[in-house]
Amino acid sequence: MDRRTELHRRERRRYVIGYGGSLLLTLTVFFIAHRYGTETPGVYLTIGLLGLAQLVVQLVYFLHIDRRRSSREDLDLILFSTLVLLIIIGGTVWILGNLAIRMHMGVM
Amino acid sequence: MRRAPRHSYPGINLGEDHASADKFSEVVTFGFWVFLMSDLVYFGLMFAIYITMIDAQAGGPGPHELFDLKSIFAQTLILLTSSLTVGLAMLALKYNLPRPRIVLWFAVTLVLGLSFLVLEIRDFMNMAAQGGIPQRSGFLSAFYGLVPLHGLHVAAGCLWLIVLGIQLRVMGLTDLVMSRVVRLALFWHFLDLIWIGIITIVYFGGLTYG
Repeated sequence: MDRRTELHRRERRRYVIGYGGSLLLTLTVFFIAHRYGTETPGVYLTIGLLGLAQLVVQLVYFLHIDRRRSSREDLDLILFSTLVLLIIIGGTVWILGNLAIRMHMGVM
Repeated sequence: MRRAPRHSYPGINLGEDHASADKFSEVVTFGFWVFLMSDLVYFGLMFAIYITMIDAQAGGPGPHELFDLKSIFAQTLILLTSSLTVGLAMLALKYNLPRPRIVLWFAVTLVLGLSFLVLEIRDFMNMAAQGGIPQRSGFLSAFYGLVPLHGLHVAAGCLWLIVLGIQLRVMGLTDLVMSRVVRLALFWHFLDLIWIGIITIVYFGGLTYG
């Protein structure tokens, strides 16, 4: 019984840490956007990286994906899907961007 | 090699108090991950279309006129908090807390999910009032293809919460119901991940490059 309470506490702390981390990252992103505007690519790069960081935080603390042996199947699945996704998105943006330039449709 | 104990599946699980449900849930949970990842590819396509359409505004209203960052901020906080509460519902189930506690966290999640939808629909209506309708430009078509798709997922999640809440009352904590709670928690966390992509790419990306 005691051990279970301890486990419960530990797991709950995990969610709260994930929530706190995500909250902090979200507040930072909106603060940056508010303070520096959203016009410059430098600011957008920062926002993008913070977004990526938040994805990782939530994957680890909410979805319990980590590099321990027995969760590898989930991780493999996610990594493969991410690869497919990158090919789809990267390919689409590349090809259609190229098309836009060649058709003189303005800057992509 | 030392074998790890049976319940060491470290993903979202039901723990040793619910051994049979946990065993059942492990397989379907992995299957559910496969579903989530194909859903992710679908979202990825919509993201790709949006990125290529950012400039295709055809003289219509663009991100600067249409996006309301305050409302987006509120929606982000609401959805993030609901991701925590659905996790707490899951833990309440896993550690055998009294059933009203599970239902309470379900109810909080449902209220947050519905508030998110109300804010989002209000945003769409404001956009439409300013001429931001899907037919106006390629940019707006892509926007309405992606963001409401996420909203639709949240709506489906809300419906799922209601149905599962009823099943908890009627069927009790059977293996099937418990494993459904696990999948609902996964689904809900996944929606928050997609939302991070939406604020980063659709809203901030739109404001920067649109």
